[in-house]
Amino acid sequence: MTSAENYAVWTSELTKQFGGQTAVNKINLAVPKGSVFGFLGPNGSGKTTTIRMLLGLADATDGEIELLGNKMPKQAEQALPRVGALVEGPAFYPYLSGKVNLRRLDSASKNADPKTREQRIDRALAKVGLTNAANKKVHKYSLGMKQRLGIANALLQERDLLVLDEPTNGLDPQGTREVRNLIRSLSSDGTTILVSSHLLSEIEQLCSHVAVMSAGKIVAQGSLAELQAQNQTYLKVVTPDAEKTLKALTDAGMKPKQETKHGLEIFTSEVEHGFDGDEVLRKLLKAKIKIKSFTVEQASLEDRFVDLTGEGFDVVQ
Amino acid sequence: MSSSNRLGMSLVWSELWVLFRRWRTLAMLGAIALIPVFLALAVYWSSDTLAPGEGPPFLDRVSQNGLFVGYTSTILALPLFLPLTIGVVAGDTIAGEANQGTLRYLLISPAGRIRLLITKFIGAIAFVIAGTATLMIAGAIIGSILFPVGPVTLISGDVISVAESVWRMALVASYTTVSMLGLVAIGMFISTLTVVPVGAMAATVVLSGVSQILDNIPQLELIHEFLFTHYWLGFVDLLRQPIDYASFGSNALLQLAYVVIFGALAYSRFASKDILS
Repeated sequence: MTSAENYAVWTSELTKQFGGQTAVNKINLAVPKGSVFGFLGPNGSGKTTTIRMLLGLADATDGEIELLGNKMPKQAEQALPRVGALVEGPAFYPYLSGKVNLRRLDSASKNADPKTREQRIDRALAKVGLTNAANKKVHKYSLGMKQRLGIANALLQERDLLVLDEPTNGLDPQGTREVRNLIRSLSSDGTTILVSSHLLSEIEQLCSHVAVMSAGKIVAQGSLAELQAQNQTYLKVVTPDAEKTLKALTDAGMKPKQETKHGLEIFTSEVEHGFDGDEVLRKLLKAKIKIKSFTVEQASLEDRFVDLTGEGFDVVQ
Repeated sequence: MSSSNRLGMSLVWSELWVLFRRWRTLAMLGAIALIPVFLALAVYWSSDTLAPGEGPPFLDRVSQNGLFVGYTSTILALPLFLPLTIGVVAGDTIAGEANQGTLRYLLISPAGRIRLLITKFIGAIAFVIAGTATLMIAGAIIGSILFPVGPVTLISGDVISVAESVWRMALVASYTTVSMLGLVAIGMFISTLTVVPVGAMAATVVLSGVSQILDNIPQLELIHEFLFTHYWLGFVDLLRQPIDYASFGSNALLQLAYVVIFGALAYSRFASKDILS
C-alpha cells in the first residue's frame, strides 16, 4: 500500500460486519487530495456504510481509516472540523427555520467561531441560493430545498474535504446543474470532494477519479481516464445493404452482430481500443455500400458499471 | 475563538434555545401551570370547606392562605404529571435527534459524544427547573389573586413570614428538581438505546410508576430507600420549623448515585454506538 500522505481519504482492509453479514469487505479506498472522487455502486453495495465509518459515525469491525492524515475514529476531533458532509440525505429540525438550523449545527462544532457565525451562515445560504427562504421553517421546504440546505451545512466552514452522499437527490435539472457547478468551483479552490452517486452521467461529467463498489467490495478504482480506457470500443455501421456490409466487415476480420431497426441494418462489432475506422470505411465505400452512419464509440460508464456490478434488481444478495 | 466556545457553551445555549422554543416544551410548561390554577379555582368555587387534614396535605389551608397553592400543587403533580413531562424531555434527548437524523450531523460537526450527552443532560435539567418553578410561581400568582396572603402556619404549628415562605418555596422547588435528577439520567440512558423517542419516553414514565408502586409495597421495605422515587414527597420536611434537611440530604445522595450509574451506562452505550439513523 502506498503512503497515506497524498490522500484525503485512505483506508486499509476496511471491514464492517452487522451480525453475520459483511456490509463492507476489506476495502482499500484511496481518494487523492484535490480530486473529485466519484463513489459508485448500486443501492445497498456498502457506500453509505463506508461513509459512516469514514466520518466516525460507525465503528469499523476491522481495518484502518485515515481522514486528512488523522486516524479515525481516534482523531476525529482533529479531522472532522475540516470535513463537510451530507450523509444519507439532509436532516433538520422541522420546526426551526433554515437559518436557525444552520446556527444550531454550527454551534455544535467547538471549532466554529461564534463571532463569524452569522456571516458564515449567510454566505453558505447564498451559495446554495436559499437566502430568500432563510427564515422559513424547514417543514415548509421542498425536498430540493432541504437538500440544498444540507449542502449549505457542509459549507459552513472552510473545508479540506467534502463528503457528499447523493448530493443531487430530489433536485430538479436546474438544481442538479447548480450543484454540479458548485462542486466544480469548490474543487477548483482545492477542496477534495468525495461524491457518492448512482447517477453515472453525473459522475462522468464531474469526477476525476472513480471507485466502484459492489456487494461490499471495491471492484474498480482509479482515474476516470484509466477506467474509461478499459471500456470496450465498438464499431457501429447503419446501412440498408445488409449482405454486402456483412461480407465486407467479415472480410475485415470482424464478427459483427446484426439487428434490424426501421428497415435499416445495424452492425456492431467489438474492436480494439484505439481502433482507426478509416480503412474499413474506405472498403465499405469502395464496395458501393450505402452508409447511413458509421461510428467508433466507447462503451459508456454505465455499461462498464453494469459489467462490474451485475444486471437487474437483485445485484446484492 | 472565544473562551466560552472552548468550553462548548455555544452548544449548551443552542440546546436550551431549541428546547424552549419548541411548542411541545411550552405546551408542557403551560399544562404544568394549569395544575395550581385548577386547584385554586376548585377550592375557590367550592362551597364546602374541608375539615383540617381532609384531602391532600395542605389542601385545607389553601383557602386561608394563597401561598399554599404552590405546595399543594407540587404534591399533586409529583407522582404522575411532572415525571410524565420529564420523561418526554429526557426520553427525547438522544432518540429524538437520532430519529430526526440530526444526531449524525451534530456528531459530524463534531459535537463530541460526551459533550453532546452532557449538553443534553443540562438541557433536561433546565426543563426540570422550569417545570418546578412554573408550579411554584403559577401557584403563588393564582393563590395571591384568589385568596388572602399572609404569614404561613407550618405543619409544626409555627408561623413564618411571607418573605420566609417565599424562601421555602424556592427550597421546595429545588428539592423537587433534585428529586427528578435520577429520572432524567434513567430517561437519557433509555434514550441512547433506541431511535424511537416515544418508546424511550414511555419506558421512562413507566419506570417512575413502577418505582412508586414498589415503594408502596411494605414487604419490599428493604429496597425502599434505594428507589429513586422514595424521597419525592419528602419535601414536606422543608415546611417544618426548624427545617429538617435530613431528607434533602438523603435524597440528594440517592439522586447523585442514580445520575452516576445511569450517566455511566448512557455514556458507555452512546460512546460506542453506531449511528445508523
